[in-house]
Amino acid sequence: MMRNLFPILTVVAAIMVIWYAASIGMNKKWTYDQAGRAGEEVSFTEMVADTWAQDRPVLPAPHQVVAELYRTTVLKNVTSKRSLVFHGWITLSATLLGFVFGTGMGILLAVGIVHNRAMDMGVMPWAIASQTIPILAIAPMIVVVMSTVGATDLLGKETATALFGYQPAFMKGILPKAVIAAYLSFFPVVVGMVKGLRSPDHMQLDLLKTYNASKSRTFWSLRMPSSTPYLFTSLKIGMAAALVGAIVSELSAVPLRGLGARMLTGSYYGQTIQIWAALFAAAALAATLVAMISWIERRSLKKMGMTQ
Amino acid sequence: MTWIIGVFVFWIVAYFLNIYLANSAWNNTRIIKLAVPAIFGITLLVVWEGLVRGLEVPSVILPPPSMIGARIMESLPILWSDFVQTFVKGALTGYIMGCGAAVATAIIIDRSPFLQRGLLPVGNFIAALPIIGTAPILVMWFGFDWHSKAAVVVVMVFFPMLVNTVQGLAATDNMQRDLMRTYAGGYWNTLFKLRLPAAMPAIFNGLKIATTLALIGAIVAEFFGSPTVGMGFRISVEVGRLGLDMVWAEITVAALAGSAFYGVIAMIEKGVTFWHPSQRS
Amino acid sequence: MSQEVVIQAKNLDLIFPTNDGDVHALNDINLDIHKGDFVSFIGPSGCGKTTFLRTIAALETPTGGTVTVNGMTADEARKNRAYGYVFQAAGLYPWRTIRGNIKLPLEIMGYSKEEQEKHVNHVLDLVDLRGFGKKFPWQLSGGMQQRASIARALAFDADILLMDEPFGALDEIVRDHLNEQLLQLWDRTNKTIAFVTHSIPEAVYLSTKIVVMSPRPGRIADVIESTLPRIRPLDIRDSQEFQDIAHRVREGLRAGHAYDD
Repeated sequence: MMRNLFPILTVVAAIMVIWYAASIGMNKKWTYDQAGRAGEEVSFTEMVADTWAQDRPVLPAPHQVVAELYRTTVLKNVTSKRSLVFHGWITLSATLLGFVFGTGMGILLAVGIVHNRAMDMGVMPWAIASQTIPILAIAPMIVVVMSTVGATDLLGKETATALFGYQPAFMKGILPKAVIAAYLSFFPVVVGMVKGLRSPDHMQLDLLKTYNASKSRTFWSLRMPSSTPYLFTSLKIGMAAALVGAIVSELSAVPLRGLGARMLTGSYYGQTIQIWAALFAAAALAATLVAMISWIERRSLKKMGMTQ
Repeated sequence: MTWIIGVFVFWIVAYFLNIYLANSAWNNTRIIKLAVPAIFGITLLVVWEGLVRGLEVPSVILPPPSMIGARIMESLPILWSDFVQTFVKGALTGYIMGCGAAVATAIIIDRSPFLQRGLLPVGNFIAALPIIGTAPILVMWFGFDWHSKAAVVVVMVFFPMLVNTVQGLAATDNMQRDLMRTYAGGYWNTLFKLRLPAAMPAIFNGLKIATTLALIGAIVAEFFGSPTVGMGFRISVEVGRLGLDMVWAEITVAALAGSAFYGVIAMIEKGVTFWHPSQRS
Repeated sequence: MSQEVVIQAKNLDLIFPTNDGDVHALNDINLDIHKGDFVSFIGPSGCGKTTFLRTIAALETPTGGTVTVNGMTADEARKNRAYGYVFQAAGLYPWRTIRGNIKLPLEIMGYSKEEQEKHVNHVLDLVDLRGFGKKFPWQLSGGMQQRASIARALAFDADILLMDEPFGALDEIVRDHLNEQLLQLWDRTNKTIAFVTHSIPEAVYLSTKIVVMSPRPGRIADVIESTLPRIRPLDIRDSQEFQDIAHRVREGLRAGHAYDD
């Protein structure tokens, strides 16, 4: 790990340098145009300083993105509609809800496929084929259809108010996003879990046969533990897919909230720094979620003696 | 009502038919292996059609397959031009550029373990991020037309492809490399005669993943801005007009394009990596 | 057997630094191998026999002493393509046919197309694999794959053959058969062969000279000149002479603590 730290830092530093240079290159046209309009001359250092401090730069400099992140997370009230934490939570809640459902259904279907030949032969080819289909394309449609039917909120306004005294912000409009997130995490989990549940070799399965073990016993003592590495790989893929699904479905959802919505509104109003800040927040969210699963994976595999 | 009963009967018959076929003596033959999922798929379509008609679901919620089929037939020119814009111009160009750049980069950094140790973790990290979020930025830089979509595709496929190629180049074991040393093979001989052929399974794994990413990237990027043509454009416009049959028509085209693209790459893979255990089982 | 020395090790030392301290793989090895010899190296795991073979092949670098091959340093000999190496596993490239695999060194060394075909046909005959040239490695049995690997090592006219437990992964019956074939090959081609093995009968059956090694640190415990005739049928393994030599090998191993816990 430490051995890799220096090369990684070098690469990251190089990326920073290229980024700052690119900022100059891409933003300087605006600087010169503005100066030309005002009839002023701009020195090189003034130009460089300006390209790193514009309001709507073509390419924001890293420190501008960091400043915006700070401004919209630490400095803003968490419940404000301009807070990135708020929008991040909207996206996260849809992701998690969808992920839990998609993964749960995926594991159940995988168990069914492994134990029932009709399901195996009938459903598995479709599950594999669906990975080649751009499912995200149906996101806008799901959002609109579910809105038309009125199935958008996790708990309706009346129910929520009865339970909690108010409707928590994340519940409104979460269902279509969760459905898409669930759908996107579903198939990778199915394919991965089927592979995992089938991973024990013939020798081990034969051994259990000699014990006259039932299918259920074989499942719990052999198949399920053997599939753990595959499960975690699928979870990581599923989590990343669910997040992407939530973000893309926010583009068409009403009300326009969440990190994806922030990116969209940023692009509408030319607020490039806002777009980049939302993108970074989404990236940070993805990294954190996957890291959490990795951490759980390491601990579980260690406990099972399955680590390298 | 008759629709619903008919659908129910059809479903029961198909269900038991599939169970019979799956457990029959012929379940290892190619025909049955194609028939069972086909029956499953057809049943799905029939149930869909029957329930929509029987329960009189409005077509702005869920159109029946027959309506979608009719819409496809009468919209072939539009579907074709959308396909060309999104798939051929956007996804395919981005795919070729992105995968090509990734393989070239992998070979370039191959001689520098330092760069590899630095770039791989960063690459793995970026590959796990929601790259689709760069779409609005790239639309801003490259304009509304297919160039920005190709750019999104390049960004989306580059890192997974890079990671897979680097893994592939490392896939040779010490013994095979030692053999090359006993022939005084040198770096280039070893690269072209040993490591690149040995890397092909991993490279094709990356290429297959990239096909799906390319199509998704091109379509979703169009949600952020597009000229008046393209699959993503058509979907978002028709969703707004509640013309859901057209939306489903476009999705059908996208699904066919996606699976065909993947299928072509898989076929090439079979030819190139015929020797790998996974292709021989 | 001429008296020309083709491989010579003088005070050869090799120390591997590891996380648990230094491993003294080779300690003061002195050995002469003459042209046309068939030398077996036998000893328990960790005695340095594979390391020694790899040092001759310039796949490892000694930390002390010298090893010369054909009068040159080991690395120069490697660049001169002085030897063919046969590994424990066949290591054939699965995407090439058997012919393609045997051609591999010939392509790298710049032989012309006609020369390549000639050499491939010649060595396929030598190892009795004529007719299997167009097959792929995974279509052949383990024994046949090893024969192909040997053919590959013979393809380019190197005078020296270095073999690292080539038959270790095969069953006894196939092994006996291949031992016989290897001796016939050696007789026909007159190569100098250095052969690493775990098996006492194999070492005694094949060699003109047996080097017994012992571990910790890796060193030579005994060098036995074989009194068996050059041409040997398999039945010679039941003869008294054979048993005596095998006994001497076993004594050497015991002295080198091969049988201790």
